[in-house]
Amino acid sequence: MKFEFTKYRKFFYGVSLFFACASLLAIFILGITPGIEFVGGSVLEVEYEKERPSLSEINKSLSELNLGEFNIQSLGVSGYLIRTGSSDEEMHRNIMSALVGAEEKQFESIGPTVGEELKNMSFFAILIASFLIIIYIAISFKEEDGSVSSAKYGVIATGIAFLHDVLIVLGIFAVLGHFYGVQVTIPIAVALLTTLGYSINDTVVIFDRIRENLRKNRSGRDSLEKIVNNSLNETLGRSLGTSVTTLFVLFTLLFLTGANLYYFVLALILGIIIGTYSSIFLAGSLVLDWNSLTKRDK
Amino acid sequence: MKTKYITLILFLFLIFFCYIIVFPVGFNKKIEFVNEKTPFSLPYIEEKSFIFGLDLQGGAYLLYQADFEGVPAGERLQRMEGLRNLIERRINLYGIAESSVQIRGERLVVEIPGAHDLDRAIDIIGETPFLDFREISPEIAEMQEKKLEEVAGYLGKEVSDITVQDLFNLEDSGIDNWEIIFEEPYKETKLTGRHLENARVSMHPVTQDPIILLTFNKEGSRLFEEITARNVSKPLATFLDGVILQEATVQEKISGGEAQITGGFSIEEAYNVARDLRIGALPVPIELVSQQSIGPALGEDSLAVSLRAGMLGMLLVAVFMIFAYRLPGVISVFSLSTYILFVVFLFKIIPVTLTLSGIAGVILSIGMAIDANILIIARMREEMKEGKSVLKSIEEGYKRAWSSIRDGNITTLMVAIILFFITTSFVRGFAITLILGILVSLFSAMIINRLLLSFFEEGKISKIKDLWL
Repeated sequence: MKFEFTKYRKFFYGVSLFFACASLLAIFILGITPGIEFVGGSVLEVEYEKERPSLSEINKSLSELNLGEFNIQSLGVSGYLIRTGSSDEEMHRNIMSALVGAEEKQFESIGPTVGEELKNMSFFAILIASFLIIIYIAISFKEEDGSVSSAKYGVIATGIAFLHDVLIVLGIFAVLGHFYGVQVTIPIAVALLTTLGYSINDTVVIFDRIRENLRKNRSGRDSLEKIVNNSLNETLGRSLGTSVTTLFVLFTLLFLTGANLYYFVLALILGIIIGTYSSIFLAGSLVLDWNSLTKRDK
Repeated sequence: MKTKYITLILFLFLIFFCYIIVFPVGFNKKIEFVNEKTPFSLPYIEEKSFIFGLDLQGGAYLLYQADFEGVPAGERLQRMEGLRNLIERRINLYGIAESSVQIRGERLVVEIPGAHDLDRAIDIIGETPFLDFREISPEIAEMQEKKLEEVAGYLGKEVSDITVQDLFNLEDSGIDNWEIIFEEPYKETKLTGRHLENARVSMHPVTQDPIILLTFNKEGSRLFEEITARNVSKPLATFLDGVILQEATVQEKISGGEAQITGGFSIEEAYNVARDLRIGALPVPIELVSQQSIGPALGEDSLAVSLRAGMLGMLLVAVFMIFAYRLPGVISVFSLSTYILFVVFLFKIIPVTLTLSGIAGVILSIGMAIDANILIIARMREEMKEGKSVLKSIEEGYKRAWSSIRDGNITTLMVAIILFFITTSFVRGFAITLILGILVSLFSAMIINRLLLSFFEEGKISKIKDLWL
């Protein structure tokens, strides 16, 4: 059985473009809800041994403390999650003495400068990482006959990973953040980086096959389109096999772990599904189209 | 031919070695059995446990920023080290074991595993010097008395005749825990330096020795009144950083919130102590910029659940691999299991601190290891479908899959290394397990899996097509 991936590429471009634009809109209009790691603030998790007071009671006793902006979320049947913009220790103690009968399960506070630094550091790390990946792929794919320039592979692989896979996962989290208060925390950022790595790896495997088939085709018997499509079909089994097995592990984690890891695992699952899709339906086609575009110019 | 078997034996030894390091308990029982039944006395394996991060075992994470204003650049590192030592001492003094204090530039990271009372930890670190008042503990005093009598009985002396030298010669007497005799027979009260409003130096009206006058705040005054009320005619002691400063017998209940310390200071010492009590005595002023406390129950839950989930996931992977890829699948499952053993082995001996994000790194690297195996198997099948022999297909499969495996692993490795150098502890835990995982996965897929396949590539089994395709 053979699939015509490249023949219907316009359709897949359309689907991807739609989701990428929707994500971009979601990010800009709804906005991402950053975790306190990136902006500073505090999260307090409390649990009541006996009956917990109602949300409005808690709201009332906290309003008297002059906390500035804060947000209370119920957790399970006996707990609350309280988020505040301040990271002050004094405030932490005041809250705990205001909540009579509550037991502190977890407290986290991060100063605004630390958050700002972390944000810059993460951007810096991502920038260096992607730059190195482009260079590495360009060098590693250098030796072949030049029918497709090696830099293109690197640019497409990282381009898809960023502007499609990571962007769409981030878009989904913008929506989740807007409607369910899900924050983009450091674990989510790690999941995005993992998506990046996975997606590039997936694409590289396909490019590797295209390169190999191009080498076999020195005589120029087959068109680039046919080679790309063959390569995609040849690597399909591996792409699906790998995604399915990785997803096995992730789905068991998703269903079994508690709230701690839930969104982290969800982000990984989304990233791997989207990454697999893009490497099969976009990567090869883009090599094809970019190449014919530059060839025509000559 | 022969080298194949030698490699296999070496490999089995390696597995055995890793296995007994990872699970020493069962093996030590067997050694014990052998040692009992035979004249041999074999050495035992050290029973080391894994190091779990704060997110898994619970604890407090505190980040302090030092304020270096006015401190010359050359002196900063020295001051930071002084600060670290002081804080380390302070935490250890109050019985919090296994804490770690690390310098990160102008920041100080304090990690206190298992400490739930974050407020107290912050107080211990921040209140400097740590002054507190203690009252006589009847329990300790009684224990000391009993111990002294026991020693006296052993030596055949009167209690009052025992010398310090006698106590140090007790080693062979079978009397243990004699050190308790040297302990101060005091227990802590709630009154500490936190309750101070002011501390100033004055002269004792009679002896003219320098004394420190303490003024308590409202809560401190109340506590001091309570403590003195219940200790009339008993000694009350003042401790500074866990060292006794003065003992005085309480004459009567003291209200009004004032006390004095006559510690036998020189005037200069008295002024220093008073100043330190007022403003804190850290070599550099510090500010708490970030804190995190995780309840241990939360950690335990997520660890147990994650482990169970991971094992179930791996089981599913194994079933899938065997059904989808037949004999090569079975072999891959075997080499993947050794992969997991090696990774766990490395985590134990290096040692790597295990965190939730570290577990995520392991999962990704398992994915990469599976990917390498699948790449090879898929390639082998293609070659076989073209009618090549099993031996030839395996060789070709490895040769051709290598460039993909290499490129994929190197790009991921690059990302992991960058993450390791430019980021904080959470991401770092992810990066380090990912780096180790990738290196081991390459070893497992390229060398172990290849070795195992080589036992099936020729002969009868290689002729049965159904096992391979």
